[in-house]
Amino acid sequence: MIIKTVGLDCYFGSLHVLKRVSLEIYKNEILGIIGPANSGKTTFLRALNRLNYLNSSYRQTGDIFISGQSIKNISDNILRRKIGIIFALPQVLPVSIFNNVAYGPKVHGITDKGTVSQMVENALKKAYLWDEVKDRLGEPAVRLSGGQQQRLCIARTLAVEPDVILYDEPCSGLDPISTAKVEDAMQQLKQNYTQILVTNNTKQAARVTERCVFLLMGELIEIGKTATLFTDPQDKRTDDYITGRFG
Amino acid sequence: MNAAKVRQAIAFFILAVATLMVVVPILLTIFYIVKNGIGAVSWEFITAAPRNGMKEGGIFPVIVGTIVLVIGTMLFSLPLGVLSAIYLVEYAKDNFFTRLVKLSVVNLSGIPSIVYGLFGFTLFVLLLNLGTSILAGSLTLAIMSLPVIITATKEALESVPFSFREISLSLGATRWQTIRYCVLPYAIPGILTGAVLSLSRAAGETAPILFTVAAFYLPRLPRSVFDQVMALPYHLYVISTQVPNMPRKLSFATGFVLITLVFLMNLVSIILRAHYRKKKQW
Repeated sequence: MIIKTVGLDCYFGSLHVLKRVSLEIYKNEILGIIGPANSGKTTFLRALNRLNYLNSSYRQTGDIFISGQSIKNISDNILRRKIGIIFALPQVLPVSIFNNVAYGPKVHGITDKGTVSQMVENALKKAYLWDEVKDRLGEPAVRLSGGQQQRLCIARTLAVEPDVILYDEPCSGLDPISTAKVEDAMQQLKQNYTQILVTNNTKQAARVTERCVFLLMGELIEIGKTATLFTDPQDKRTDDYITGRFG
Repeated sequence: MNAAKVRQAIAFFILAVATLMVVVPILLTIFYIVKNGIGAVSWEFITAAPRNGMKEGGIFPVIVGTIVLVIGTMLFSLPLGVLSAIYLVEYAKDNFFTRLVKLSVVNLSGIPSIVYGLFGFTLFVLLLNLGTSILAGSLTLAIMSLPVIITATKEALESVPFSFREISLSLGATRWQTIRYCVLPYAIPGILTGAVLSLSRAAGETAPILFTVAAFYLPRLPRSVFDQVMALPYHLYVISTQVPNMPRKLSFATGFVLITLVFLMNLVSIILRAHYRKKKQW
């Protein structure tokens, strides 16, 4: 077990977004989080690396432990270095492809040019982007296609060498081929990383994840092996959702 | 022509006239000053000190005085304004104190410049005992420039997409690193534009320097920050109204030099902005 949430309650102003969510996430698994819109999937994800706190109306009770340590005792920048995130829409910085990936290592104090280049190359290779960009690392990242940008974002996150990668509907803006490439990358990354995937696409959850969480209106309805959850759900609401009766 | 088209034509006409009425007075003013002043502008006028009760010679010390004041103003107002705007936008929580500061900034920009002049006189010249000096004048002009610089910096920072900050923070950068590498570089064009505009206004102000630094007649270059200086706007006022039998073309020539100086400053900001816009990639 690498992450454990205990009675996690999240609020934006008076809005109670997550209700008493307790679950455990195992090392090197791909955990899916599914549920209809406004069920708290993204909030759960962003609670893990405290990104929710960028919104000043956010409050949270309960606790989250990473490798047994409460995240309350870890400073934001160290926590986020351990838990990286890929956003729904590819968000690149308006700098070169190289500098997008090199940004993380640089802010973490790695100044040696050779080391940084090596880290950038490794990260791009792991994200399956190296072959497509190796000859134009100096070009602006915004010139890449959407699918390439999203893999660049993955590379950028990998370059800070996290333990956990969060994906917030990473393929919602991508075509099927780009989606397949991102999913391939996730499968390869399984050996070394714990991955949590929020997705609106139940088929993607079935394809990629090993265990799945079903959230509804901020409540954890069901958690279990993906195969079981999709074929023999214990809760009727889970069954209704994955068979497409609502949401 | 149908009725809708007629109404549209009338509306366009009114809009065009309104636009023209903004441009015409400016062009006429510039034309009038250039036409009457350009004849008296010579190399000697720009490089020599005034002689014979300012009726002869040039305005070199006056130009230097204004430039010194602008630089002094910049030294105080730019860091203070930019840093406080960064604090307000990037760090401050939305509470009573922050709202008070923001309200003060808005209100400061509405205060008449003569009030700044009296305030500067009381605080810097008398209370802090700086005397009538470049230091006191620069500080007074700096306070007057602050609201514009703060507002421009705030807007420039707020126009940087929030996603840049989110990306940077999510990669484990500290807030300061985020500001330093992912916000400030993209806000600099806006900050510079605001800074230059407010400084060019400072260059043309008379009231704030009236009691704090401006000399009636001091035909030499300043020796220290505790010296008085002559400055273009005040000199223009003096030779236009305070000295009998002053050749009118000297007033216009002085006005011409002042306008040119301000125009050059604005040109710098336009060039900087264009330069940065070319590099903008989002």
